[in-house]
Amino acid sequence: MEKANEMKALRKMLDKARPHFEEGGRLSSLKSVYDGMETFLFTPNTTSASGSQIHDSMDSKRAMITVVVALLPCLLFGIYNTGYQHWLACGSNTFPFWEIVLYGFLAVLPRIVVAYVVGLGIEFIAAQLRHEEIQEGFLVTGLLIPLICPIETPLWMLAVATAFSVIFVKEVFGGTGYNVFNVALVTRAFLFFAYPAHMSGDRVFVSTQPICGIGGTVPDTFTTATPLGQLATSTVEGGGLDQITNVAGGTVSTWDIFLGLIPGSFGETSTLCICIGAVILLATGMASWKIMLSAVAGGLGMAALAHVCATPLYPISYINPFDQLFLGGFAFAIVYMATDPVTASRTEAGKWIYGFLVGAIAILIRTYNNGYPEGAMLAVLLMNALAPLIDYCVVQSNVARRKKRLKAVAN
Amino acid sequence: MSRGTICLPFLNLYYPLSRFELIHKSLKIKKGLRLELKGGVEPGMQYKNIDARLVAMTPDDFPGMIPKLEKKEGEKVVKGEALWHDKTDELLKVVSPVNGTIKEIVRGEKRKLLRVTIEVSEDSVDLPKNPSVIAGDRKKICERIIEAGLWTMIRRLPFDIVPSSSSVPRDIFITAWDAAPLASGMKECRERFGIENLQAGVDALKKITDGKVYIGFDSKESFPELNDAEEVAIEGDYPASLPSVLAANISPVNKGETVWLTDIVTVGRIGQTVQGKEVDWSFPVAVTGSEVNTPCNVWAPAGVKISELLAVSGLKHEDDDRVISGNVFTGINVGKDGYLRYPYRQVTVIPEGSHRDEFMGWASMNPSKISVNRSFPSFFLRKKKFSPDARLNGGRRSMIMSGEYDKVLPMDIMGEYLIKAILSRDIEKMENLGIYEVTPADFSAAEFVDTSKLELQKIVREGLDYMIKEIGKGE
Repeated sequence: MEKANEMKALRKMLDKARPHFEEGGRLSSLKSVYDGMETFLFTPNTTSASGSQIHDSMDSKRAMITVVVALLPCLLFGIYNTGYQHWLACGSNTFPFWEIVLYGFLAVLPRIVVAYVVGLGIEFIAAQLRHEEIQEGFLVTGLLIPLICPIETPLWMLAVATAFSVIFVKEVFGGTGYNVFNVALVTRAFLFFAYPAHMSGDRVFVSTQPICGIGGTVPDTFTTATPLGQLATSTVEGGGLDQITNVAGGTVSTWDIFLGLIPGSFGETSTLCICIGAVILLATGMASWKIMLSAVAGGLGMAALAHVCATPLYPISYINPFDQLFLGGFAFAIVYMATDPVTASRTEAGKWIYGFLVGAIAILIRTYNNGYPEGAMLAVLLMNALAPLIDYCVVQSNVARRKKRLKAVAN
Repeated sequence: MSRGTICLPFLNLYYPLSRFELIHKSLKIKKGLRLELKGGVEPGMQYKNIDARLVAMTPDDFPGMIPKLEKKEGEKVVKGEALWHDKTDELLKVVSPVNGTIKEIVRGEKRKLLRVTIEVSEDSVDLPKNPSVIAGDRKKICERIIEAGLWTMIRRLPFDIVPSSSSVPRDIFITAWDAAPLASGMKECRERFGIENLQAGVDALKKITDGKVYIGFDSKESFPELNDAEEVAIEGDYPASLPSVLAANISPVNKGETVWLTDIVTVGRIGQTVQGKEVDWSFPVAVTGSEVNTPCNVWAPAGVKISELLAVSGLKHEDDDRVISGNVFTGINVGKDGYLRYPYRQVTVIPEGSHRDEFMGWASMNPSKISVNRSFPSFFLRKKKFSPDARLNGGRRSMIMSGEYDKVLPMDIMGEYLIKAILSRDIEKMENLGIYEVTPADFSAAEFVDTSKLELQKIVREGLDYMIKEIGKGE
């Protein structure tokens, strides 16, 4: 009962504030912000004016929030792993759980805040300029951006890259639903091409400084590459690759890689958490199982092909094809990036082709490009560009069938 | 049955016959939507008769016609007498379903004719007897159907409009069932009209078309065998019962062709008129919905005042209701003071819901929220009945999720792309993507599931009207 009263008070407050935000009001330049808040707090009471008199309870807010929920396992694990890698790099033998979590949280939080503040700020301005209600697409993007960037990326770079991609990849095309490329991936690509030194190499994937007195200082001599980075520069002797080592120099098993206790962009390391996210996305129908399945098939197929034709020039070709699925950003990209409904293929037949090529090209780039072994980002972006073409072919086949039918009648 | 060969076979894994198996005159339609709503009529409930006092005919129910009135306020009118005819095709007319007096002619902006209301008089009028034309030729039969005002009860593809008086359909598709939520089906009317009239109707239609007369019926029910009709037992959920879906799955319309769409009730009436009998203008109306006291079936004249129907069923409360003439997918919000609208088959009363303040509804796990999405508990409550209100449950967005329409659009149509082509008013694209094969109602289930809450039926109707304006009706 109390809850209901509180809610009524909140409702009243919103209603009272509304006139200020309407046209001519003192705060009319913040109308989109008001709308955004209001529709977030209370489901809009707009009723059907034409056509179907009832509507499904699903809306785009719930759709986006479901994806955010699916990202939470990766986020939570990433927070732990950020702390864990730091402790490991400091040479510590004990791993106090809560301290590690707190350290990871403090390392990760500013990144999430920066991405959301910059991105949502631009979204609000764009919505205001267009006189539209604020759209919720950035809820997902804003979380994806920090998850796929190295933990040591300077915050200002993150801000610049986020601003660039939200403006030039999304808003200039018309906002949510019209973008050709995945906004989060373009952010990462922007960072990678604009500031390559900060996006790959030996020191970016592990947080090295103490935060608020928590954690230690990592020795200057410390270097570490991600397992994938190590494999890419590995020397092949006797048909086998070098042993992968962790931050402290210990060995890393496939199990560790699957669990995600390895250095990397902090949201992407745990294949286990990504699988949990995939289950949430598939169970709620938010992502296409066709894309995920065909991407895994494409990745495995390419990895197997590379493995069969393995050559010392390209050390990654020696990796067991199944291990390839757990390494780098591959799993993350096919579960959360390739399945973005706006930038993926929109036709059902197209989804199979799109997914397969994402998987195959990701492994192709990874295997045959030693300089930058993380191919998933480029593969998804490339396929984003090709998705409309795939869809065009699928739609044309529908059109051709119709034209053929017409011809048959004419004769 | 050939659906044509394919230019890029590997892309077509999804589209060929496997979706629509037309074997031994049965059709299995896998795509569609079944919603369990509260307020259905108890099975086996008897139909009640009501003495209607006010009826109204609405020109908006007859797309493709420009009404020219034939009656003035205060004039007497008898059953089957014309109320208005079409300005360009003067033979086409909409007739009065009752004997009575023209009470009011309601006009709106720019003198647009909104409706003609008729006060029903109880004194019986001897209608002139017409001879049977059942043995006559095509011309005679067409004349009789037009004269009886039944021609305007038929719709045609392309464009889902009233066929012109010179229309020659390639085929005729008749639906004998209704899979919409809370609909009562049409079994009762089949019995009311009787096999004799239905057969006469089919015979008449068979003379009008050089092609075939198809009748789609619910595979769970039996249907009397009628000569010269291709009867198709359909298994599937809404919109599988729409005649346009039947047409799309059996023999889609090509550019330049015309097919007719109608229902079995109209066929029964056509049967009556061609045999020289008096046309029975009563319609079986299901009065349903979560907000009515006792959902019931009623025989009522076309266009009857809704309040007279609601008097039979009773309403649970006085306000915050949405009174829909029709079903929840394609019906029209007419309000309590409104009149029954085409196809005069159903009334559904649901909560309006505009005063409900739902706190963070997007996060709700409330099992009473209706959805086809598995993130709602209701998805798993297959036996539960729902009482959704008229809210959109979200803000209008651009298309974000993909493949939503395809799941409930049982036609070889790329729904999303057709909608986009319509929005961009690209005639060639619309043609290529099959605008001639669709009616707005085909998209009604898609409109329900759409996460982006787009007004799909309105978009399609406007697209069809645009096509008519640009290239003509084509007859």
